[in-house]
Amino acid sequence: MLKALFGELPAIASHRGWPRVEVGSGTWREIGAALREGKLDLLAEWGDASAIHCALFEPATRGVQIASLDARSGSAPSLAMFHPPALRLERTIAELFGIDIVGLPDQRPWLDHGRWTVRAPLARAPASREPPAEYVFLRTEGAGLHQIPVGPVHAGIIEPGHFRFSASGETVVRLEERLGYTHKGIEKSLTGRTLEEAARIAARVSGDSTVAYSLAFARAVESALGLEPPARASWLRGVMAELERIANHLGDIGAICNDAAFAMLHAECGMLREQTLRCCARSFGHRLMMDRVVPGGVAADLGPQGEQAIQALLERLRREFPELIELYDNTASLQDRTVGTGVVKAALAATFAAPGYVGRASGRAFDARSVLRYPPYDSAPVEMVVREEGDVDARVWVRILEVKCSIAWLEKAIAAPPQGPVRLASPDAPGATVESTTLVEGFRGDILAYVRLDAGGRIARCHLRDPSWLLWPLLEAAIEGNIVADFPLCNKSFNCSYSGHDL
Amino acid sequence: MRRRLVKNLLGEPCSEALEPGTCAELETLGSEFRGALERRLGRSLAIREVDAGSCNGCELEIHALGNVFYDLERFGLRFVASPRHADVLLVTGPVTLNMREALERTYAATPAPKWVVAVGDCAAGCGVFEGSYACVGAVSRVVPVDLVIRGCPPTPLELLRGLLRLMS
Repeated sequence: MLKALFGELPAIASHRGWPRVEVGSGTWREIGAALREGKLDLLAEWGDASAIHCALFEPATRGVQIASLDARSGSAPSLAMFHPPALRLERTIAELFGIDIVGLPDQRPWLDHGRWTVRAPLARAPASREPPAEYVFLRTEGAGLHQIPVGPVHAGIIEPGHFRFSASGETVVRLEERLGYTHKGIEKSLTGRTLEEAARIAARVSGDSTVAYSLAFARAVESALGLEPPARASWLRGVMAELERIANHLGDIGAICNDAAFAMLHAECGMLREQTLRCCARSFGHRLMMDRVVPGGVAADLGPQGEQAIQALLERLRREFPELIELYDNTASLQDRTVGTGVVKAALAATFAAPGYVGRASGRAFDARSVLRYPPYDSAPVEMVVREEGDVDARVWVRILEVKCSIAWLEKAIAAPPQGPVRLASPDAPGATVESTTLVEGFRGDILAYVRLDAGGRIARCHLRDPSWLLWPLLEAAIEGNIVADFPLCNKSFNCSYSGHDL
Repeated sequence: MRRRLVKNLLGEPCSEALEPGTCAELETLGSEFRGALERRLGRSLAIREVDAGSCNGCELEIHALGNVFYDLERFGLRFVASPRHADVLLVTGPVTLNMREALERTYAATPAPKWVVAVGDCAAGCGVFEGSYACVGAVSRVVPVDLVIRGCPPTPLELLRGLLRLMS
């Protein structure tokens, strides 16, 4: 399909790695049709001052392609017309870049709540503000329906967002999300920055995935500049990425059980999570390992003390984690809450190219580490976990098994550390525009990074697509027909990032 | 499960299983805190956390205060679900313009006497998001702040230390 659509078109020379081509609006619509027919997956769609880009994945050939459509006229045809997962992405492109998306099925703004000082902040000429129109939620009609508005300030220690439930008795008829509360203007902030400054911002898109974001950003920069980080740096990146995955999965497995009123597993998992974070602090000098992965390599090497700390952690996990899994598996009251709850159907997961454990719990066999193999996973492969049921239980199991896989991967890695430098010297300015796109598997799912550097080596455009963009809409689908009281459970089993989505 | 419960009941409490240094520090912090708390508010301090646009890094560490190692509740500190029940607002993030009103309304809903603690480098200044069209910046530009706990993110121990400063 990629060949049929783009085979004849010349790849843009400045874009390294996967090919990027410029297409006309006719081909753009054909992309829409191919997405609708399920022949391609939409990985991302993002705007630029004078264009719209989309990243496509073809499952049959494992090919990735970037397509760009000229939008200098100020308008572009919609892909969401054909393919609903593009809807929020295009609403965002419209409001951030001031591009008129023709045929966009939902014209309401998404991240722009009418409170910023400018309109279309990323357009070539941002406009001044006119009074915002009132945000109208979708209508629900029927006898006895009532609405429950929740947020943006939630009851727990979590990020802000608004949920509008329409319920019939206890059953959720429709959930409509309204996000954008944590929009920090990250993409605009990144523009014009040096690599060093931009790396610090990229590390703070979503704090729980800081290693994965730093890695996605660094790999995109390195690919654009044609750099290859030293072997030991790639190895250290893998170690950090897997530690981050373990810490997050442990925290979430516990939190899901807590939302099903089983506090004991929450306490036990919380303990293992804390020990993992302390191990990270001892090994890399920061509990979340923020700013440790940088373009060109890593900023912290692992000493003998750190290696010992990781080994001790792995032994502890090997000893204690199986007992907790057994407890999860054998507690009927817990299974009663998680099995059959919040089902994401396989077809829907496939349509949305559902990233991470949500996709893999609904039969979508995609893990960027295995499917698009990047260092260090090209030489040290990691096992992919796939389940079919698509409920909360399946998502918990995918995470449980992924913790095990990560432990096994780390054990192997720690046993054979490559030696040598961990960071390249600061790169020279490229002298011309260079760009690249990469995909990295964070704990939540694949993170896409597109980076374009100007001749001086500063960021001309950087787009970071969080997996949550494609997961939030699925949460709306998963909760339908479930009871309101199961929402926290479903929500936690997704654990979407607000900050990563809102940018 | 029975085996695990018995093991946990008969074993040493996990909150003591900290490394030396850290443990002692935590304990002193705890008793000092208790003294200050009892003078001010009897034996409890209710905290409402408000994320005003953080990257969620601060939330992870605030969450960690509740795990068995730090076990915040043994010092009489607890997180509550509503600002109406709170004595302290723990605010994170570079206050986005989209969250500004929600923060103001949360503050207004908190009964006096109340304290505001700005947590993290974003809440203290604006962090790496300085100059953005979508951020107000420091929490103190929106609501009066009594204490700032810096860090990106601050560790659970730094958070505990900070909360103690608020009370003394």
